Amino acid sequence: MQTEWMYIGLFLVVGALIPAAAIIVAAILSPRKPNPIKESTYECGIETVGENWVQFKAQYYIFALIFLVFDVETVFLFPWAVSLNQLGMFAVVEGIIFIGILMAGLVYAWRKGMLEWV
Amino acid sequence: MDSFFSNPVTDWLSGVFTGWGMNPDAAHVLTAFIAILLLITVVMVLDIFLVWTERKIVARFQDRIGPNRLGPFGLIQPFADIIKLIIKENIYPKGVDKIVYNLAPVIMMMSVLLLWAVFPLSPILFGVDLNVGVLYLIGVGSLGTLSIIMAGWSSNNKYALLGAFRQVAVMISYEIPMVVALLIPTILSGSMGINDIVWAQDVWYIVLVPLGFILFLISATAELGRAPFDLTEAESELIAGHHIEYSGMKFGLFYASELLHTFTFGGFIAAFFFGGWRGPGAETYPILGLFYFLIKATIGYWLFGWIKYTLPRIRIDKMMDLNWKFLVPFSFALLVFVALTNALLADFVGSWIYWVGMLLSNLLFGWVTMEILRRRARGEREKVEGVQPVAEGGH
Repeated sequence: MQTEWMYIGLFLVVGALIPAAAIIVAAILSPRKPNPIKESTYECGIETVGENWVQFKAQYYIFALIFLVFDVETVFLFPWAVSLNQLGMFAVVEGIIFIGILMAGLVYAWRKGMLEWV
Repeated sequence: MDSFFSNPVTDWLSGVFTGWGMNPDAAHVLTAFIAILLLITVVMVLDIFLVWTERKIVARFQDRIGPNRLGPFGLIQPFADIIKLIIKENIYPKGVDKIVYNLAPVIMMMSVLLLWAVFPLSPILFGVDLNVGVLYLIGVGSLGTLSIIMAGWSSNNKYALLGAFRQVAVMISYEIPMVVALLIPTILSGSMGINDIVWAQDVWYIVLVPLGFILFLISATAELGRAPFDLTEAESELIAGHHIEYSGMKFGLFYASELLHTFTFGGFIAAFFFGGWRGPGAETYPILGLFYFLIKATIGYWLFGWIKYTLPRIRIDKMMDLNWKFLVPFSFALLVFVALTNALLADFVGSWIYWVGMLLSNLLFGWVTMEILRRRARGEREKVEGVQPVAEGGH
């Protein structure tokens, strides 16, 4: 078990090394002739107006909240799915109740108009 | 069982290293390092040919020939592209956060390469047979989104930032149906290990749960950020989205990782729904398994290409509606339904009654869903049409 995760760690190292090497090789081989026009921010040919780090809509935050509920739920559903074949009908009914409660939450958010991207 | 890290070749190699007076553990780590380096090099070479395949596929869909000048069938073209990308100038736009800006393409590529750690290429050729493979796939899949928001935030460009925000909104939405679609093979096989799921597929899961396959295909397309869900780089609105300020090899890494990500997901479609490396004679001759797997993965890759070059881009509010108002309720209903039928047919597991029962119940579920959608659409249409006579003067 521990050696398995060691392999994953090695994958992480090698997987980061190879693209990093590609970027470093490109940086060594490529020419470097900066000038102010070339370095200006691209925005359809005109000068950028105002701050670049703009604010995004608040609706975004609500979607993140709903997502969080369902994402945590899946952590509970994976062990349920793995052991379903051994546990039989009782576990299935329990799972249905669990999912039903969460679906009620989704219906509530829907009725409140929280699922509209306006 | 054999694996990528413990087979005669690696045993021999670590024996050689120990013979040079190396600590056995260090020799083992060094051998694994070399094996991974080899695998990733092969994957990167495969990626080069994916560029060629992608260009050929899109050309055929658009009634063109595609690259055909350099070498036979234009096969040398991607190498020429790489040389060009490497010697292109390295531009840092004004106000860029250099560390994050350089890190983003690396993490993007890394997130895709990490997926190959659990790829079941054949019965004996796989990286790590994690017992939580499915969860690992979801977790590592989210890393790509992290790199997109890093790229968008550090580029100091409004288009890039908007593209990154959109991608995060899409990712957090479509991850739910994808997780549920992956729960279905987990229920049927009773395991989260990807190789175990492949071993359990005496009958391909696309036959048992075709709706699960469709669900996975749709949500994976969104997760990959490909058309019709490519809002993050929508050319007509955001020019190129998150990689607008990238040039040279860094842009090349974004491009290459997108193609490799798609191929990798084609491979996961093959593993979860097309029976992975399974096929006639694959258990006795593992090399045949690799052959079958690559064919199935290419079919999955081609499916993504087919969708990409056929459908137009969907507007973002329609896309969120599709997910939250259709796919999420649909996926949970399907999950409950599959769990129920699986439990009801538990006595017949392994016989044709189970297979036919699962298939027929799935088709029934799909038919009922289509019927509900049709009625709803008819209701909406009548609502719109009912208004018209009033507008014309009450006749």
